[in-house]
Amino acid sequence: MQLNYSIEGGDFTNAGNASSQVKKILKKLNVDPKITRRVVVALYEAEVNVAAHAYRGEIIVDINTERIRVVLKDEGPGIESIENAMTEGFSTASAEVRQMGFGAGMGLPNINKNADELNIKSDVGVGTELEIITKLK
Amino acid sequence: MDERFFFHALKVNEDICIGCSHCMNACPTEAIRIWNGKANIDDNLCVDCGECERVCPVKAIYVEDNSFDDIYKFKYRVALIPSVFVGQFPENIKASQVYSVMHQIGFTHVYELERAVGVLNDAILEYQDKEGNELPIISSFCPAIVRLVQVKYPSLVDNILKLVTPSDFAAAFYKKKLIDEGIPEEDIGLFYITPCAAKIAAIKSPVGAKKSLVDGVINLNKLFNKVYREIKNGNTNSSIIPEPTVTHAYKLRWSLTHGEASRVKGRTIAVDGIANVMEFLEIIENEEVSGIDYLECRACKEGCAGGILNKENRFLVVERLKKRIERNSEKKRKIISSGIAKYKSYLEKEMKVGEIEPRSMMMLDTDMHTAMLKMEESERIQHRLPGIDCGACGAPTCRALSEDIVKGDATLSHCVFVQKVLMKKGEINMDTAFSIIDKIWGEKIVRGTIIKRKK
Repeated sequence: MQLNYSIEGGDFTNAGNASSQVKKILKKLNVDPKITRRVVVALYEAEVNVAAHAYRGEIIVDINTERIRVVLKDEGPGIESIENAMTEGFSTASAEVRQMGFGAGMGLPNINKNADELNIKSDVGVGTELEIITKLK
Repeated sequence: MDERFFFHALKVNEDICIGCSHCMNACPTEAIRIWNGKANIDDNLCVDCGECERVCPVKAIYVEDNSFDDIYKFKYRVALIPSVFVGQFPENIKASQVYSVMHQIGFTHVYELERAVGVLNDAILEYQDKEGNELPIISSFCPAIVRLVQVKYPSLVDNILKLVTPSDFAAAFYKKKLIDEGIPEEDIGLFYITPCAAKIAAIKSPVGAKKSLVDGVINLNKLFNKVYREIKNGNTNSSIIPEPTVTHAYKLRWSLTHGEASRVKGRTIAVDGIANVMEFLEIIENEEVSGIDYLECRACKEGCAGGILNKENRFLVVERLKKRIERNSEKKRKIISSGIAKYKSYLEKEMKVGEIEPRSMMMLDTDMHTAMLKMEESERIQHRLPGIDCGACGAPTCRALSEDIVKGDATLSHCVFVQKVLMKKGEINMDTAFSIIDKIWGEKIVRGTIIKRKK
C-alpha cells in the first residue's frame, strides 16, 4: 500500500504529521514496535530536514510485508556535499532554525542510523531525493 | 496464553447502565463499545485509568475491590494507606487521629506507604547511574501508565523504570518486619487502601512482577466514609497510641505531580492527565525531543489526589498535604524511623521488576498482509461514513466503526446515516432498521422509552 504526504519548507508546525500518521498505520498493521519506531524516527528527521532546507517536498511511503520504503522528494537548494551532510554535527542550518532546537547536524546521520538502506540523490539548486528503506524480515 | 493477561478493576453494572455512550467517548484507548444497550469494555485495551467512571451519569461503572470484612480473615491486619487518604479529611483532623480510628475499626497496624519512598528514591538514583538505560526513563509509579505504554506505545516498554512502586516496597517491608517480630506469615493480612482502579488491577495481576504481597485492596472512598463517621460521632479512643506519621516533605509529595520528578537526577518532566500523557508519549516515540532523563507520568491530573476513589476535590487534597508538610516543618517534628532503612538491601533485591512485555493492541490483524487488506477496506468504508462521530452506532468514531466492521465486530448498517440511505432505496425496511437499532441500544431501553412517552 502507498501513502502520500506533502510538506512545505519552513513549516515546522506540520513537520511530523506524516511520521505520526505512518506510526498509527504501522501499529495497526502489527509491525514490530522496534521497527515501527525506527521508521518513524527516520521519517520525522527527514520531514524536519525538508521544512528546514527545502521549498516544498512530497513524501511517498510504500509498505509491503517485506519492507517499508520511504521516499522524500524536495524542491530546494540541494546538498552540496553529501559526505559532509552525513557527518555528525555538520549543519548548514540558519541561526533562526537552530534557535528552534533544530540544526544540530544530526539529521542525516540519525536517519542513516535508523535505516537499513539510505540512498541520497541531490542536484544543487534543484532538490534532493531521499530513499529510506527499512526491512521487515 | 490461558490466563487473562489483564485483570480489570473497572466493571460495568449492566442493571444500571443505560448505554448512553458518555464512557465510550471518554475512553482514551477506545476500549468501550455500546452493544445491546450496555457499555462493553474490551479487556485487552482497557488500562483502568477510570476516565469512564468519571463521566458515567448513572454510576454504572464501579471498581471491584475487597469487602472491608475480608480483613478479619487475618489475625494481624495491616492497612497500607497512601498520604492522599489523610488528605481527604478536613484540616482540623490530624493524621494521628485518622490512624487511631483506623485501629478502632479493626486494623492492628497502620502504615503510611510513603514512608517507603526513601528506599525507592535511593534505588531510582542508583538505577539512573546504570549503563544502557533507554532514555527517558518512564516512571513505573502509575499502573495505568504502565499499561498504556504496553498497549499503545509498545516501543517504549524498555523505557519503563524496572522498580516496583512505593506500595510494593511498603508491603514487602512491613510483611518482613512482622515476620521478624515472630508473627507467622499466614496470620498477616496486608490491605492496600486505593485511590484508583488501576492500582487494584496492578495488585491483582502485576505487570512484570511476581504475585503481589498485598492480600486485599480497599476502596479509599468507602474507608473514608467509615473513618469519618467515627470521628464525626466523637468515637476517638484516646487510649490508642497510633504509629508515628510521615514527616519527610518529599515523601508526602511523592504521589502528587512533580513529587517524583523533583527527586531524581537530570532533566525531568512531569506530565499528569492521561490525555496529556498520550500527547507526550507520542513525542517521545517519534524522538521529537531528546535529552530528557526522567519522565514522570500520572494518569490523573494532580497525581493520586485526582484518583477516581478520592472523596475530596483533588486541589483541596493537594492543599491539605502541603499544609501538613508546613505544619511538620514549623513544629520541627522529630523524624521517627519506621525501621525500613534496615531492610534496604533486602528490599532492593526483592523489588526488581522483570521484563515488561509489549502488548500492542492497536492492530487490525496479527498477519500483516491481512491487516493491510483490512486497512484498505476500512478506509474505503470510512470515506463513506458521515465523519461526525455521533456515536449512535455504538462505536466512538466513524473510524472506529469502520475498523470494527473489517474486524467483523459490526456492520455498515450500524451507522444511522447509512440506514437512512438504505431505507430510502428500499434496501432495508423499517423493521430491519429497528432491529439493528435495538441491537445497539437494547430492546428494553427502546421499549421503555416508548412506554414512558405513552403515559
